[in-house]
Amino acid sequence: MNGLALVGHQFRYDQKAFWRNPAAVFFTVMFPVIVFLILAVVFNGETVNVRGGVEATTYYVPAIMSLAIISATMQTLAMTLVIAREDGRLKRGRGTPMPPWVFIAGRVGNSIVVALMMLVLLAAIGGALYGVSVPWDRLPAILLTLVIGAASFCCLGIALTAAIPSQDAAAAIVNALLLPLYFLSGVFIPEDQLPSGVISFADLFPVRHFFDAFFDAYVPAGGSAVSWDNLAVVALWGLAGLLLAIKFFRWTPRSG
Amino acid sequence: MSYGTTEAVRGIDLEVERGEVFAFLGPNGAGKTTTVEILEGYRRRTGGEVSVLGEDPERAGREWRERIGIVLQSGRLDPYLTVRESLDLYAGYFRSPRPSEEVISLVGLEGKADERASRLSGGQQRRLDVGMALVGDPELLFLDEPTTGFDPSARRQAWDVIAGLRNLGKTVFLTTHYMDEAQRLADRVTIIAAGRIVAQGTPEDLGERDVGETTIRYLADGSEVVLQTTDPVKTLHELTSAALAKGEELEGLEVTRPSLEDVYLELTAAAEENAG
Repeated sequence: MNGLALVGHQFRYDQKAFWRNPAAVFFTVMFPVIVFLILAVVFNGETVNVRGGVEATTYYVPAIMSLAIISATMQTLAMTLVIAREDGRLKRGRGTPMPPWVFIAGRVGNSIVVALMMLVLLAAIGGALYGVSVPWDRLPAILLTLVIGAASFCCLGIALTAAIPSQDAAAAIVNALLLPLYFLSGVFIPEDQLPSGVISFADLFPVRHFFDAFFDAYVPAGGSAVSWDNLAVVALWGLAGLLLAIKFFRWTPRSG
Repeated sequence: MSYGTTEAVRGIDLEVERGEVFAFLGPNGAGKTTTVEILEGYRRRTGGEVSVLGEDPERAGREWRERIGIVLQSGRLDPYLTVRESLDLYAGYFRSPRPSEEVISLVGLEGKADERASRLSGGQQRRLDVGMALVGDPELLFLDEPTTGFDPSARRQAWDVIAGLRNLGKTVFLTTHYMDEAQRLADRVTIIAAGRIVAQGTPEDLGERDVGETTIRYLADGSEVVLQTTDPVKTLHELTSAALAKGEELEGLEVTRPSLEDVYLELTAAAEENAG
C-alpha cells in the first residue's frame, strides 16, 4: 500500500475501535448532546446580550459545537494515545514497517471525521428542536473554521500526551484543563453574564478564540463569517502544539 | 551498552544462526530486555557492533522491518478489535503478509477469530500478540518472555506455537527466565546474569553438564551412600556386580546428572555475587 492508502487502512480500524469504545462515544458524542439539551431547556426563551442580542438556544448551538469539536480532537487524541502508549500498542506499531506519520494521520483523520459528524448532529438537533436555522450560505466559513480549529486542537492533544504520565492520569489532566476553560470562555455560561476580567483571562487560551471564531461563522448576527484574528490565535496555538509534539511525543510506555 | 549511568550489559557476544531457536536465559534484571531492544532497534547502544539480518538495527529502515517480527514483553492489544481485525490491521502494514486465516490457525485461535481481544484469556491474548508479529511473515522473530505469568496449560499451548515456528523455518530469538522453557524450545542457550554472559551451549551440554560428575546414591545398612563419578558406567557396573555377587539389593539406587536448573542457579548466583 502507498502512504495514502495506508492512512485510509489505519483510519478504517480507528473508526471501528472508536465507535466500540463506550467512554469515547459517551464523552465525544453523548456528552455534548446532553449538555446542549440541558442548557437549551434551562435558558430557552432568554436572550444573550452579545452582538445585538441572540436567543440563548442560538447561542448554545455554536458554543456546544466548539466543545464537541475540541472533545473529538484534543480530548479524544490525548486520552486514546496515552492509553495506547501505555498499553505498548504504539511501541508494537513502531516495530512494523508502517511509517509513524501514517498512524498519527489515521488518528487525526478519525478525530476530524467525528468532529464533522458532531457539527451535523448538533445542527440538526438545534434546528429540529429549537428552530435554530442552519446558515447554509456560511457553510464554507464554518468548514474552514472547523478544519483550522480541529487541526490545531489535534496538535494540542498530541502534545498534551507528553505531559500525561499514565492511563489513570489522562482523563483527570484533560478535564482539569478543558472544563474550567469551557466555563471561563462562555461555552456553558453565556458570556454576557461573565465579568469582563474572566473573558480577558480566557482570551489567553485557544478555547475562547475558537468559540469566538465558530460563533462568528455560525451566527449571522456575528458580522463577518470568517474571524481571521481569532483563527490566527488558534492556529498559533496549534503550531506551538505541533512543535511540542514533534519534540516530546513518545511511542514507548512511561511505566516499565 | 548502557542507559542512565548504570551499564546494563557489557561484553555481550552472541551469534544466532539462521533457522534456529535461540534462548537468551537469565534472571529478572539481568539485561535481557536491554539486549533484545538493542537488537530490535528500539534502544540505542553506547558501544559495540550489532548486525541483525545484515543491518545495524539503529539505522535499519522499512525494508528491514518487513523481515522481522517482535513480541514485546508487555504489550496489550486493542480491546475493541477482534482477533481477525487486529491481524488484518497489521497485515496492511506489510508488503506480502501471511493471510490472517493462516495466522489464526498457526497460533491456535480458530473459533476465536471474531472475538474481541478484551474477551480473550491472558494466554489467548499472548497468542494473538505472537500472531501479530507473524502476520508480516518475518524471517526473524523476537519473543521477549512470551510465557511470563502463565498457568501451566497456557504455557504448554504457547510452547506448541513456538515449537511450530521452527517447522516454518523461522529464526527465533527467545528471552526467558524459565529454564524449562529454554530446555524445551531452544537449539542453543545463552545464560546472562548481571549484564554478562556466563554460559553458552546446547541445552544438553550447557555448563559442561554432559561431561560433569554424575551422582550415585543408594542405601547401605540404612544409611545413604553418595558417590561422585565421571565414569558412571564403570562405577555402576562395579557396584551392581558386587551387590549381585553378595545377593544384596542396592536399596534406593538413584543416578543423577546436574539438571539444567542446577547449572543455571549455580552460574547466575556466582555472577550476581561477583557483580554485587
